[in-house]
Amino acid sequence: MSGIRLIASKLYRGEVNIDFVGRLKLWYGISAALIVFSIAGLTIPGLHFGVEFTGGSVFSFKAPAASIEQVRSTMAEVGHDTAIVQETDSNWRVTTRSVPADEVTKIQETVGKRFSIQPDQVSSQVIGPTWGGEVSNKALIGLIVFMIVIIVYLTMAFEWRMALAAVVALVHDLVITAGIYAWTGFEVTPATILGFLTILGYSLYDAVVVFDMIKEVTAPLGSTGKQTYTQAANKALNSTLIRSLNTSLVAILPVASILFIGTTLFGAGTLKDLSLSLFVGMIVGTYSSLCVATPLLAQLKEREPKYQALARRVAANAAAGAKATVSGAKATTPATATATVGSPVVATSEQSHTLPGVSTGPGKQGSRSAGTRKPPGGGKKRR
Amino acid sequence: MALQQKVTPLYALDLAGGTTVTLSPVPLQGGGAPPENSINRAVDIIRDRVNGSGISEAEVGKSGDNIIISVPGAGQKEVVDLVGTTAELRFRQVLAYGPPTVVPATLPTEAPTPTPSASASSSAKPAPTPSESAKPKSRALTEALADPSHPPTPSPSTTGTGKPAETPKPGSTADPTGVPTVTPSPAVPADPLAGIDTTGIDPAVLEQFKTLDCTAKDRGQGTVDDPGKQFVACDDAGAGKYILEKADIVGTEVSTASSGIDPTSNEWVVQVEFKNEGGKKFAQLTSRVNLQQIPQGPRNQVAMVLDGVVISAPVINEPIPGGTAQISGGFEQKDAEDLANQLKYGALPLKFEKSSIESVSSTLGADQLNGGLLAGGIGLILVVIYSLFYYRGLGVVSVLSLLIAGILTYQSVVILGHGIGFRLSLAHIIGLIVSIGITADSFIVYFERLRDELKAGRPIRPAVEIAWRRARRTILVADAVTFIAAVVLYFLSVGGVAGFAFAMGLTTLIDIAVVFLFTKPLVALLCRTKFFAQGHKLSGLDQDRLRSVSAVRTTPQEA
Repeated sequence: MSGIRLIASKLYRGEVNIDFVGRLKLWYGISAALIVFSIAGLTIPGLHFGVEFTGGSVFSFKAPAASIEQVRSTMAEVGHDTAIVQETDSNWRVTTRSVPADEVTKIQETVGKRFSIQPDQVSSQVIGPTWGGEVSNKALIGLIVFMIVIIVYLTMAFEWRMALAAVVALVHDLVITAGIYAWTGFEVTPATILGFLTILGYSLYDAVVVFDMIKEVTAPLGSTGKQTYTQAANKALNSTLIRSLNTSLVAILPVASILFIGTTLFGAGTLKDLSLSLFVGMIVGTYSSLCVATPLLAQLKEREPKYQALARRVAANAAAGAKATVSGAKATTPATATATVGSPVVATSEQSHTLPGVSTGPGKQGSRSAGTRKPPGGGKKRR
Repeated sequence: MALQQKVTPLYALDLAGGTTVTLSPVPLQGGGAPPENSINRAVDIIRDRVNGSGISEAEVGKSGDNIIISVPGAGQKEVVDLVGTTAELRFRQVLAYGPPTVVPATLPTEAPTPTPSASASSSAKPAPTPSESAKPKSRALTEALADPSHPPTPSPSTTGTGKPAETPKPGSTADPTGVPTVTPSPAVPADPLAGIDTTGIDPAVLEQFKTLDCTAKDRGQGTVDDPGKQFVACDDAGAGKYILEKADIVGTEVSTASSGIDPTSNEWVVQVEFKNEGGKKFAQLTSRVNLQQIPQGPRNQVAMVLDGVVISAPVINEPIPGGTAQISGGFEQKDAEDLANQLKYGALPLKFEKSSIESVSSTLGADQLNGGLLAGGIGLILVVIYSLFYYRGLGVVSVLSLLIAGILTYQSVVILGHGIGFRLSLAHIIGLIVSIGITADSFIVYFERLRDELKAGRPIRPAVEIAWRRARRTILVADAVTFIAAVVLYFLSVGGVAGFAFAMGLTTLIDIAVVFLFTKPLVALLCRTKFFAQGHKLSGLDQDRLRSVSAVRTTPQEA
């Protein structure tokens, strides 16, 4: 109990220091497993597209006394709980996915019995998709154009490495969401697609907020040899961690409410498909902006000569400092001290002020440095 | 009643029901089923007509050879009429051409119009030469955009085929009647009609031209134009707008059109054949148009107008007698085929008749709408509880901000519904609820920044400003991403996706408006109060609690 309280209050004050970036192999492993799982879902059960995409059958019959709920529950009895029920001027009009001939007879009989009409008074007709090829194709083209535009935009707002990392995380989210959706066996409806499109925006939003912080924290890097890019990125991540968790929670609460309360109480099709895709997508989106986008970004950045040089200097400093206590040095410093082109001079040109975050100790400087500089002592006081 | 209608949004098919029209193709002359791709094409055209703006949530689908159109809302008689009438193809002379945007109409254009005996009967109708300054411009436009649907290609030209071309003699034939020289009205740069020869254009049409906006998604597709009147139209790609003369020829006078490769130039061309009467009219039209302007200007073009938009407007290089014309201009195979089909079939590739019109109920009962709203409401209440628990006093700010965002969203949806026909499906409603939840992101970004500053020991008033400066950038960049997604999807998608993207863009803008105009000013104001400024325990800005470790013990309600 006190453990939970400790974590919560640490979170509240932003003092957590979880090594997200350093556990890169773990995250990549989890993500790879999830993606394999998703691809399996997309190939083995596959996505079940709804009537709107594939076309289906329409049953029409006269039953003036029936209510929409009665018709819907009758269809559910014969296994068509996703049937679309409509009342026209004189008829009931029920749209189901394509049904084979023998099942058509069964449906006609059941409906006939339920509403006391002759089975042959229940007419059946084949209809085509309303969300046919053109709608899907255009949505796909839109998606591709969006990816390109967003890469260009993020390259301008940040840099290409961040754009790449964000888009990789986005694709990661979409694949996993689609895969899990496939495994649940829910029908893909237009509402599902709309859920996916919302994730598109959400996943990037999350990544952008994290990257914005990373950009700020890493801007003055290099003036001192205290931190590698990876360490700084990790620090940025930890300081936005509480924000990430809070925003995710706030966004997921309504979705979860619609998914769990809405579907258990009302069993509504539109609510189930839309909220499931949103629910999964948001959770995966939060995970990926922390554990996929940022580690990937750090990995890309560490290849830059400037940061390679920095990493070597940090390693050297740490080695010097660690002569007394060996355990002091962090294991996160990547061992990529390969031949570097640039000389360490690069560092000084980048920034003019060396104030925030990195230079000073636990003094009065901001949370980001204070949080991580403290741990040895701060952690114990609490007991 | 009327008032009530104004305060509720319009719902889509799933919630409001609507009208369903079934169109059956009239059998082809030779018997046999109509080709599948013609039906698909008809579906696309009809979808464009009933949901040109992408937000009306109308659905169009096939059922065998039939086309089923469902339009939300009751009493959609005008829509039923729209899909029923097969809009016609017209050939009209271009009178003027301009950029697609609305030009701020400042000047009442009183062009000196010494209409020279406008004898429409004669084939050579003299027109005053436009002002010297205007000429180069209109020429450039003509050359660059003669056929706007194929912008990168060289200007298309229509040439007579089947006969040796009668070489146009620009000099000699141009001013047979001694063109009256019009002194150009001193061109004021702001004149929206600068460079446009307004001779012979109905002033009312000119007004329409000024206000027509072709960059909007709804460019007037589906307008049925009166052939006996001058007409203002956009080109089908939205790249420009035209003022067009009365129609000389209507689509029924086209006997057939085909696409093929011209053996001499080796490029894709479209060949149009007119019926007997149409051929004569086309010969008259082309010779008249050909003599209009030397050097070439917009008036040398003939526009083909389909469904209210210009699908092609080739320059007429010479009078074309013989009832056959060839349109060239670096077409791709597909473009050539499309144009040929459009010319051949008029609006639709097949003739249809309405086989049934019936009103349909909503597919989701009121139970589902209420269920969705209730569940969404519970979710939002959870959000409220959480933010009050976590942010205390600041939580109140975020709850108020959410409330305002919610009201603004609702109002916008109502206004857009009645103004431009934006309709909400259940999915949209859920989407809007969710995006209001996401709106809270921007508040949280700001609050966390604020707390960071306070933790760093900054006094509260400067902290509010510094935190805002940092949070503002983050919020703008992040919202820009969502907004880009919305814009791209709106303009590139059709049907339900476009409507949803529209809603997404809307909530993003509302988010920015609320956080800039409400949340931040409110926080700044509140920080002048004792409660917040002194970091009361319940304010959420308790500096001790934010920083000191010992505070954990004194606030046991944590965790």
